[in-house]
Amino acid sequence: MSSLPNISLVGNPNSGKSSLFNQLTGLNQKVGNFPGVTVDKKTGTCRLTAAHTAVITDLPGTYSLYPKSPDERVVANVLLNPRDPVFPDLVVVVVDAANLKRNLLLFTEVKDLGLPVLLALNMLDVARKQNLQIDVPLLSERLHAPVVSINARTGEGMDALKKEITKMLTNASNGLAPRKHTFVEAAEYVPELTGQIKRQFGLENDYIAYQYAHQGEEVSFLGQDQKRQLERWRDDYRFQDKSLQARETVARYEVIGRIVAEAVKEADNDQRKENFTSRLDAIFLHRIWGTVIFLAILLLIFQAIFAWAEYPMNLIDGGIAQLNQWLHNQLPKSLLVDLLTDGLIAGLGGILVFIPQIAVLFAFISVLEESGYMARVVFLMDRMMRSVGLNGRSVVPLISGVACAVPAVMATRSIDNWKERLITIMVTPLMSCSARIPIYTILIALVVPDQTVLGVMNLQGIALMALYLLGFAAAILSALVMKWVLKIKGRSFLIMELPEYKMPRWANVGLTIIEKVKAFVLEAGKVIIAIAVILWVLSTYGPPGQMQQAEAKVRQEYKNAGKDELGNHIASARLEASYAGHFGKFIEPAIRPLGYDWKIGIALLSSFAAREVFVGTLSTIYSVGSDDEDTETIKERLQQEINPRTGGPMYTPATAFSLLVFYAFAMMCMSTIAIVHRETKGWKWPIIQLVYMTVLAYVSALVVYTVLK
Amino acid sequence: MDVLKSVADLKPGQKGIISKLQEDELTLKLLEMGCLPGTEVEMCHVAPFGDPLCIRVSGYLLSLRKSEAETILINC
Ligand SMILES: Nc1nc2c(ncn2[C@@H]2O[C@H](COP(=O)(O)OP(=O)(O)OP(=O)(O)O)[C@@H](O)[C@H]2O)c(=O)[nH]1
Repeated sequence: MSSLPNISLVGNPNSGKSSLFNQLTGLNQKVGNFPGVTVDKKTGTCRLTAAHTAVITDLPGTYSLYPKSPDERVVANVLLNPRDPVFPDLVVVVVDAANLKRNLLLFTEVKDLGLPVLLALNMLDVARKQNLQIDVPLLSERLHAPVVSINARTGEGMDALKKEITKMLTNASNGLAPRKHTFVEAAEYVPELTGQIKRQFGLENDYIAYQYAHQGEEVSFLGQDQKRQLERWRDDYRFQDKSLQARETVARYEVIGRIVAEAVKEADNDQRKENFTSRLDAIFLHRIWGTVIFLAILLLIFQAIFAWAEYPMNLIDGGIAQLNQWLHNQLPKSLLVDLLTDGLIAGLGGILVFIPQIAVLFAFISVLEESGYMARVVFLMDRMMRSVGLNGRSVVPLISGVACAVPAVMATRSIDNWKERLITIMVTPLMSCSARIPIYTILIALVVPDQTVLGVMNLQGIALMALYLLGFAAAILSALVMKWVLKIKGRSFLIMELPEYKMPRWANVGLTIIEKVKAFVLEAGKVIIAIAVILWVLSTYGPPGQMQQAEAKVRQEYKNAGKDELGNHIASARLEASYAGHFGKFIEPAIRPLGYDWKIGIALLSSFAAREVFVGTLSTIYSVGSDDEDTETIKERLQQEINPRTGGPMYTPATAFSLLVFYAFAMMCMSTIAIVHRETKGWKWPIIQLVYMTVLAYVSALVVYTVLK
Repeated sequence: MDVLKSVADLKPGQKGIISKLQEDELTLKLLEMGCLPGTEVEMCHVAPFGDPLCIRVSGYLLSLRKSEAETILINC
């Protein structure tokens, strides 16, 4: 791989970079991480000609080389470091022709670095609609770089682009240097400093040296000594980075203004205003209608996640159960088989069932993002979100949290401000994810009558909705508290382009879904499987002798019972005698104030792999038989359960509501903890999160139980 | 000119020419986004609760918070 030439795609956000990347690589792409930062690194291979293949890296979208966020920092880290594994042999700058001036800023910066640069002129169809005529040959001449017209959406111009890329790469390997040109001699602002840096670091290009002066202390590839050296020089020369950057930007725009004036003919300026986008925005950004429409879209998404995704979920669930049953019947009875079926495959099933919901959710999110609507949501919600310490960009993670916290936490990457991002990460798991639904359903069925009130509303439905609202309210309130408590500085801003509305491209939507599902299966999957196996061990083995004793006792007691019933009772007794059972009893004193016994304790422990395991564990404990996860059976069995200390039923409304509230708030999910660990790069925040959510869950459950008892 | 007006003072549909950016952490970002002195801006939309704002500058729509818009001074 490493011998293949590297090509980097660079461009403003919304310039069509991802579309071009998809066009060039198709399904030959993979998502990884840039070292040390949680920024997606998309790489793929592209067949340029029969004889040439190249590795393409999609760098994060940015407006300039001076980064304002960790995402954007990656661009400087790659382009300024010739030793970077993806340091480009050729940079393709993707440019939105309808926004030529602003897009050329980045182009001139990259060109001044002295790298071989090709300009891919995208969105010409949009520019044409706005009556912009671009003289491509003249533009190429003025920019001292090849310009290729493309349409990243339809794939037009791909052959020409590949041909030009191949030509440039071949020239480079034959020692033919690309045309050199410097648009702005920024190094001249501080000639002594850049000269010194050039000598010290052995750099050839003035502008790279100048960039070292600005960013050398932040880039990932310089050592501590080198950074200290740069800092000393900056002090010696009283280096005014901010005002120099401003001066440079203004100078660049002057040059760009002259080039654009020559190369672009603007027919009629007024026509640009009254376009499709402004007509749509009149509704979508309307103070009242805009918000109403957004809420309607939210409802549609929830409807899709809950109602439509249910069919494939049931199929997967049933399929896994059948597979396990079949394996049990086919294979000889042994521990290894049990580990395979009840440990591994059950764990795998616990991951697979969520795929439909995650796919549906990201289908919506990617359509909203592709169409340009998501930026409007950010715009509409920013003020409200900010008042509780969040950010307009927190909306997507919070919505995603309703399906699963794992992709939701990953979606916080778009939030530039660290404090706001952190708060979003900390509160997102309070949104009721779909793994809580089975628990909610069974407990509600147990204590809330299936009655219709006010003609249309079902009481159980209201209870379910109340739990979702409870989670949402807890998220907002926790955010508010963290806004005051967390002392993290950093200016938050929302200087953001609202892109033109566009019809989403379904191929891109499909690729996004595949990518998100893959990330979920890999990230959450490994944790869930690992925990499922550990839990299997804990509930299959016990202190020496005790399991056998328990089993013998049950065989004695239920001598006359049928085979199935005996089997269920044995399973239950073995579970009680296992390490998991001991653990349940061990924590019983701690959970008794909440109205739980050791049996619920075991279920709590086991649900750490994934919350929905709770129901399965309960059915094993109560000897319903774990294959039979039918709600009615478990419900009846739970209703019969007697509390040995009171003589009354175990699952009183007090206990059931206490459990409901506990699950609404508790961080009962190892995968989320793992993903928060990764996204915050340490154990500090996941531990704080685990503690605060557990305390919140415990105290609320205690209050509920005490009040209702 | 009596009081200095900023972009935040524009009503939807009103236009102005940027005269100067007040020194601020975000000045560079605004410049990079095309808010250069001498450029025309038009106020397009105001979000619920009066913040953030959406302006048209250099031919595209830019949203920014009110506090950010206040650093962009204009001549009307
Ligand atoms: N009309 C038209 N639309 C295009 C063209 N190229 C891309 N698009 C659309 O523009 C939108 C944005 O494209 P993306 O590829 O997501 O842009 P990006 O630069 O990767 O944006 P980020 O992912 O936000 O960094 C999508 O809806 C594309 O379908 C084009 O040449 N013409």
